[in-house]
Amino acid sequence: MAMSRRKRAQVIRGVQYAVLVLAILLVVLLADWQTIGSQFFNLEAARTQIPEVITTALVNTAVYTALGFAVGFGLGLVFALMKLSSVGPYRWIATAYIEFFRGIPALLVFIALGFGVPLAFNLKFDVYSTAAIALGLVGSAYIAETLRAGIQAVPKGQIEAARSLGMSAARTNVTVVIPQAFRIILPPLTNELILLTKDSSLIYLLGLFRDDFELAKFGREGLNATNSMTPILLAGLCYLLITVPLGHLSRYLEGRTGRKSERGLKVTA
Amino acid sequence: MSDVIVEVSGLRKAFGTLEVLKGIDMSVRRGEVVCIIGPSGSGKSTLLRCVNLLEEPNAGTVVVNGFEMTDPDVDIDRARRGIGMVFQAFNLFGHLSVLENLTVAQRKVLKRDRDEAERIAMRNLEKVGLAEKAGSMPAQLSGGQQQRAAIARALAMDPAVMLFDEPTSALDPELVGDVLTVMRQLAEEGMTMLVVTHEMQFAREVADKVLFMDGGVVVEEGQAAQVIGEPRHERTRSFLARVLNPVHAGE
Repeated sequence: MAMSRRKRAQVIRGVQYAVLVLAILLVVLLADWQTIGSQFFNLEAARTQIPEVITTALVNTAVYTALGFAVGFGLGLVFALMKLSSVGPYRWIATAYIEFFRGIPALLVFIALGFGVPLAFNLKFDVYSTAAIALGLVGSAYIAETLRAGIQAVPKGQIEAARSLGMSAARTNVTVVIPQAFRIILPPLTNELILLTKDSSLIYLLGLFRDDFELAKFGREGLNATNSMTPILLAGLCYLLITVPLGHLSRYLEGRTGRKSERGLKVTA
Repeated sequence: MSDVIVEVSGLRKAFGTLEVLKGIDMSVRRGEVVCIIGPSGSGKSTLLRCVNLLEEPNAGTVVVNGFEMTDPDVDIDRARRGIGMVFQAFNLFGHLSVLENLTVAQRKVLKRDRDEAERIAMRNLEKVGLAEKAGSMPAQLSGGQQQRAAIARALAMDPAVMLFDEPTSALDPELVGDVLTVMRQLAEEGMTMLVVTHEMQFAREVADKVLFMDGGVVVEEGQAAQVIGEPRHERTRSFLARVLNPVHAGE
C-alpha cells in the first residue's frame, strides 16, 4: 500500500492523539472524584499542617540533605582521587567502596547506621550526625564516580599544555583540571543532590521527635492525625519546591556548559 | 652556555610493541629553525614530544638548554619553563580568558606579579596581532586566532626554544597564513625553533635545516633547499611528490 510521506505522518500523529484522549477519558470515568476531592484537597486537614510543614519539615529535609551532601562530596572527592591514583591498593579500596555503597539500598545503610553501628561501637549519634553520615555514605559512591568521570573528561591536551608551561602535576590539577572538571560535573552533581533530597526521607527509621520530622514523616503523621491524604499531597508539593528548581538549575547549567564545549569543538574541528 | 640548544642522541621510543622512534640523532643550534617533515606515523610528533618529555623515551638522551631531560632526577618543571610548546589542537585553557591564558603560568610558575605578567602578556598579544582579544574567551576566537594566542602564551615564558607540533594542521586553509606569518616573524627575530609541519613552502623559505623522517628514522637531513628541492633519497622524493602535487600523486 503506497502512502505518501505526508499521509503517513498524519496517520501516525492521529493515532497518537487518539490514544492520549482515550487514556484521559479512562482516568476521568474511573476515578471517584468526590473522594479525591475530600481526600486530597481537604482544606481543614491542610490547615493543621501549616506552617510546620514549611518551618519544621521542609527546613529539616533541606538541612539533612545539605549535611549529607557535604559529607558525600568530601568522601566522594577522596574516593574519586583514590580511584585515579597510581597506587594499586588505593584504586582497589575505592572500587570496592563505590561498588558496595552504590549497590546496596539506602534503607539498609540507614538501618545499619541507626542501630548496628551504635551497638557495635558503643556510640550514640544525634539525628543530624546520623543523617549526615548515612546520606553521605549513600551519596559519596555516586559523587565519587561523577567526580572521577569529570576529571577524566578534561581533555589531555589541557594537561599537556599546562605541564609544557612548567606547571607541576599538582599545580596543573588545581589551576587547570579541577576548574574545568567542576563545570562538567555541575549538572550530574545537581541530580545527585535531588536524589539525596528524596533519600533523606529514610531518616524516619531512626525514630524521630516531632521537631526532627522531615517532609515524608511529617506528611505521614498528618495522614494519621487527619485521616486525609491532603498532608501527603502537601509534603509531595514541598519536595517539588526543592527538586524542581534544582532540576531547572541543572538543565540551565547543562545547557550553558554544553553550548560552550560545542562551540569549542566547532572551532578546533 | 653551549651553542647547541637541543641535542638528541640515540633516541628510541616504543608504544607497547610498536617502535615509533628507532634511534634518532639530531640537534638544533641557537637561532636555528629546524623543520621536521615526513608522512604521518613516521614518528615526527613523537620526537618533538620527547624533546620536552611529554613522551618518555625508552632509550637515548635529550639535552635541552643545558638540562638533561632524560635524567630521572632532572627538575622537569624547571626545564620545561625554557621550552615553549605549540600544539596542533591549540590547547588554550578553556576556562580562562586569552589574557589569563598568557598570565597564569607567568604568575604561578615564574612568580611574576600581576602587573608585570599582564604587561608581558599584552606585549606578546600585540606581537601576534591579538591585543584587542585579550578579554575574549578562547571559544570566541577562530582557530587561527586561538593558535596565535597559544604561540603568545608560550612566548610569554621567554623560552630558549619553541617547539611547534603541526601548528597549522587543524586550521581552515584561509587561516593558515596568519599563523605562518607569526612563525616567520619569530624566526626572523632569531628564535630557536623546532617545527613539525606539512607546510613545505614554509619549511623551504624559513628553515635553516630540514629533516625528513620515515618509519622512525631520519632518512635525510640538510639545508631546506636541498632536502625539499633536490632530495637524495627515493623515499623523500616520493613523499614530496605526494605532498607537493597531491592531485597527480597517483600517476
